[in-house]
Amino acid sequence: MKRTSKEVAESYARVSRRGMILGGLQLGFVGLLGLRMRHMQVDQADEFRLLAEENRINLRLIPPSRGQIFDRNGRIIAANEPAYRITMVREDAEDVDAVMARLAELVELGPDDIERARAEMARSAPFLPVTVADRVSWEAVSRVAVNAPALPGVVPEVGLSRVYPDRETFAHVVGYVGPVSERDLARYEDPEPVLRIPRFQIGKVGVERNYEEQLRGRAGAKRVEVNAVGRVMRELDRREGEAGSDVQLTLDSDLQNYVQARLGEESASVVVMDLEHGDLLAIASAPSYDPNKFVRGISVADYSVYRENERRPLASKTVQDAYPPGSTFKMVTALAAMDAGVVSPNDTVWCPGHMTVSGRRFHCWKRVGHGHMNLELSLRESCDVYYYDLALKVGIEKIAETARRLGLGEVHGIPMSAVTEGLIPDKEWKLRNRDAPWVVGDTVNSSIGQGFVLSSPLQQAVMTARLATGRAISPRLVKSVDGIETPRDPGEPMGFNENHLRQLRQAMFSVSNNRRGTAYGSRIIDDGMRMAGKTGTSQVRNITAAERARGVVRNEDLPWKRRDHALFVNFAPYEQPQIAVSVVVEHGGGGSAAAAPIARDVTLQALYKGDPPLEAYPTKDRDRIREQQQRLAEEREDKMRDGRSRA
Amino acid sequence: MSYLEYSVKTVPSGWRKILYLNWPVVVLLTAVAGVGFLMLYSVAGGTLQPWAEPQMKRYLLGLVAMFVVALVPIWFWRNMAFVIYLGALGLLVAVEFVGSVGMGAQRWIDLGFMRLQPSELMKIALVMALAAYYDWLPLRRTSNPFFVALPIALILIPTFLVITQPDLGTAILLLTAGGLMMFLAGVHWAYFGIVIAAGAAGLSAVFKSRGTDWQLLKDYQFRRIDTFLDPSTDPLGAGYHITQAKIAMGSGGWTGRGFMQGTQSRLNFLPEKHTDFIFNTLAEEFGFIGGMSLLVLYVLILVFCVVSALQNKDRFSSLLILGVGLTFFLFFAVNMSMVMGLAPVVGVPLPLVSYGGSAMLVLMIAFGLVQSAHIHRPR
Repeated sequence: MKRTSKEVAESYARVSRRGMILGGLQLGFVGLLGLRMRHMQVDQADEFRLLAEENRINLRLIPPSRGQIFDRNGRIIAANEPAYRITMVREDAEDVDAVMARLAELVELGPDDIERARAEMARSAPFLPVTVADRVSWEAVSRVAVNAPALPGVVPEVGLSRVYPDRETFAHVVGYVGPVSERDLARYEDPEPVLRIPRFQIGKVGVERNYEEQLRGRAGAKRVEVNAVGRVMRELDRREGEAGSDVQLTLDSDLQNYVQARLGEESASVVVMDLEHGDLLAIASAPSYDPNKFVRGISVADYSVYRENERRPLASKTVQDAYPPGSTFKMVTALAAMDAGVVSPNDTVWCPGHMTVSGRRFHCWKRVGHGHMNLELSLRESCDVYYYDLALKVGIEKIAETARRLGLGEVHGIPMSAVTEGLIPDKEWKLRNRDAPWVVGDTVNSSIGQGFVLSSPLQQAVMTARLATGRAISPRLVKSVDGIETPRDPGEPMGFNENHLRQLRQAMFSVSNNRRGTAYGSRIIDDGMRMAGKTGTSQVRNITAAERARGVVRNEDLPWKRRDHALFVNFAPYEQPQIAVSVVVEHGGGGSAAAAPIARDVTLQALYKGDPPLEAYPTKDRDRIREQQQRLAEEREDKMRDGRSRA
Repeated sequence: MSYLEYSVKTVPSGWRKILYLNWPVVVLLTAVAGVGFLMLYSVAGGTLQPWAEPQMKRYLLGLVAMFVVALVPIWFWRNMAFVIYLGALGLLVAVEFVGSVGMGAQRWIDLGFMRLQPSELMKIALVMALAAYYDWLPLRRTSNPFFVALPIALILIPTFLVITQPDLGTAILLLTAGGLMMFLAGVHWAYFGIVIAAGAAGLSAVFKSRGTDWQLLKDYQFRRIDTFLDPSTDPLGAGYHITQAKIAMGSGGWTGRGFMQGTQSRLNFLPEKHTDFIFNTLAEEFGFIGGMSLLVLYVLILVFCVVSALQNKDRFSSLLILGVGLTFFLFFAVNMSMVMGLAPVVGVPLPLVSYGGSAMLVLMIAFGLVQSAHIHRPR
C-alpha cells in the first residue's frame, strides 16, 4: 500500500513532537545527574576527601621502650633485653609445611606451636607476619639467619622485653610487667591506643604499676598507605616516640641483696630507713618470687608452687601485712603517758607478775614479777605490768593519738602495691566496727601492742625513725624520675618533749646494751655503731587460763603456724642516728632470739656499707658470723653471676 | 510498505556513501571510547594490559562493524528487523540451555573470539522490531487496543527471558526502551497512564511478595534494593561498594586528584573499577570537570541523533534513530544514577567506556544503523 502524503506528514509531525518531549526529558535527567555530581564533588568534596584519606591511611604505632629502674647508686634493677622471635609470612613462604619442617630442625618447635601458627596464618592476610616461635635464643636466631635462603618468608624479629637481673631480690618492691589484659583496659577510662598493641607490656604490681605512666613513655607512630585488603603500600611519614623515663629508687641494691640472702627461706620482712630524708634503703620480704617468670607468662605449675607455699612468697609482707606490734608498742604507751604528764620517767610501779583489772587478771610475761620498775627498767626488761598501769592512767585516746603522730595507722604513700593502713583502735572504732563499747581490758591489751593493734613492718620502721629523730619523717622510695630528684622532706618536729624522747632512746639503748636487756645478746661492740632497739613478741593465739596453769608450752614445741611472731625495731648509731630498722619474723618465736640478730646483721651491713669487721660482734659470736658472712657472700655472688649472664 | 516511495536516485551510492556519514557522531563516539581507554589504562596502574589494549581492539572491530552496517541500505535492515528479532529471541531461549553463567548474572554463548550475550543483542533487535512494526502499522490504528497489545508482547517476551537469567538491569532497559518507543510512535497517552498506575501497583506487589513462596525477585535483588535505600545497613557487605564508590566520586572535587592519582581506585577500595564503576575513577581523577566533560560528550551524541532523526522523513528511520539514542541514553543514565547512589546497583555498564566486548559491539552496530538511516534518508 502506498502512503498518502498526508499520512506521512502527520506521522512526521507526531514523531518529532514526541521526540522533542522525550529529548527534553532526557536533557532534564542529564541536568539532574550534573547537579548530583556538583553536589557530591563540590559541596561535599571535603567530607568525601576525608573519608578517602581515612580509608587509605593507617596509623601504626611504634611501641616506646620502657624506662629502666635503678637503685640509689645507679645499679640496674629492671632492664630491657632484646627478645627474639621468629615470624613467617605466608605468601613469601609458599610451601608453608616444608619451610616449617626445615625451621623445626633449627629452632625448638613443638607440634602445638606449629598447629597454633598454622591456625593463625589461616586467619590472617597472607602478607602479614605470624609469630612461629617466641623468646628464642640468640643462637637459634643466628642459625635461622645463616639458613635464610632455605627459609623463604621466615623473618627473625627483635623486640624489647623486661628482665629483672636480681630476680627475687626486688620482686615485692618493683613488681613485674605483663601483657595488657582486659581488666587492665577496664581500669582506664580512655585506654591509650598503644595498650592495644599485641604483647605490649605494662606494670602489673609494685613500682612498675604505680609509675606506669612515667615508665611507659609515648608511642611513636608511622602513617602508612594501605589498600583495600590492608596491605601496606608505602610509609608516608613517621614520628618517633619518646622512651619512658628512668626511675631511680632510694634502695641500695647491695643492702637489699644482703637482706634477702640473710632472710633466706624465713617467712620474714625487713625495712631499713635512712633517717636524713626517710629514704628506704632496703625493704625486703621473704621468701620471694622470680618476677621474670611472670613477665614470660608463669606456668600453672610454677604459680601453684608459689600459691601453696605456707610462707606466702607472693605477699609483700613489709607493707601489706599488719601484725600486732607486741612490746615494740611500749614506746608509744610510755610516750603517751609522759606527754600527758601522768607519769615521769623515774616514777616506779610495782610488778608482782600480774595485774587485776575489773575482775580479770592480766599477766606479765615474767610470772614471778619484776619488782619495782621505772621507764628504763621496764623497757629494758619489757615488763608488761608497768605499761598496764600507764595505760590505765592515760587512757586509750591519748595512746591512739600518740601512735598516729608516730606514723602508725597511716598509709605511707610509697608506690608499692596493697600498702596497708594497719590499725590503731580507739573507742569510736570499736563501737563502729565491733558494735561493742570499749572496755578497760582493751586499753590494757593495747598498751603492750596486743588486742586490736596492728601495724606493718614499714610503719614500725617509721615509728622508730620518728622516735630517733623527733621529726615526723616519712618514707621515700623513689629518688628521682628521669633525673629529676623527687622532693626530699626531713619532716617537721613532732612537738614531743625532747627530754621524754631522750629518756625513751636511752631506755631503748639499754635494751640492746645493758646486760639485763632483752636484746643484749644482739649487741654491737663497735662504740660508734651501737644500736638502740626494742624486742617484741606477738601472740597469734590466746593463752587460756587452763594452759597457763599447766605451764605455757614453749614456742619450739608448737607447730610452726601457731608460734609467736618475732619483732624487733632499732635505730643506730645511738649517738648519731642514721638508720632505723624494723624486722618481723613470722612465727619466729621470741623477738630477742629470732628478730634481733637479723636486725643487728642488717644494721651493721647498712652502716659499714658492706660486710662489717668481725670485731663489731661479741667475741663468742665471731666464728659463727664469719661462717655466715662467707656463706651469704657466696650465695649472692652465685646469684649475681646467674642474673647478669641472663641479662 | 515499500522503499519505492524514497527518492532513491538522490541517495548516494557505492563508496561515496562514506562521505555522507554523520561524521560528528563518529568523532564523538571515538572521543568517548578514548576516555574509556584512558581510564582503563589508569585503573590497570598505568599499563595497557589487561584492559586498555583489548578494549581498543574491540573498538576498532566495532568501528568496522559500524561502517559495514552503515553502508547497507536502511530498507534492507527494515525488512530484516523481524528476522533479527526472532533470531535474538531464539538465542535468548538457547542460552537458557547451553549458556554459561558468570558473576551471578548475564548468560553468554562462547563464540571463541568473544562472548556473545544475546540479551545485549536483544536491546537493538527490540528497537528495530518496534520501529519496523510502527512503520508498517497505519497511523490511525496506532492506539487500537489489539495493535497496542502486539508490541507489548514483543517487549514482554524477551524481558521475561532476561529476568529469568537473571539480569535485572537489562530487563529494566528493555522494558523502558520498548515503552518509550511506543510513546514515540504515538500511542495514546491514556495507555501510559494505565501502565504507570499498574507499575506502581506491581512494585508494591513485588515488595509484598518478599518472604512469601511466590516471591517475585531473588533474595540478592531485594538486598540490593535495601542497600540502595540505606547503604549504612550493610556497610561492610553490599553497602560497602556503593559507599566506596561515592567516596571515590566525592573526593575528586572540582579538578580531581590527577591522572592515576585516585587513591580509591588505585588501592582497590573501589569495586568493579574497570566495568560498572569506571565513571567513579574518572570523577575521582579528573573531578567535576572531567565527569561533566564525559556527560557533555554523551549529550552531544544524543543531540546529533535527535537532529538526524528530525531531519529524516522516513518513519522507520526516525523511530530507529530515536530508539538507538534512547537506548544509549538509558545505558549511561542508569549507570550514572547507580554509581552516584541515585539508583540501586543493577549492573549496567557505562556505554563505550566500561570494559566489555558485547555491549560495545552491539552499540557500534546500533550506531551503524543510525548512520545507515542517515545516509539513506529520503531527500
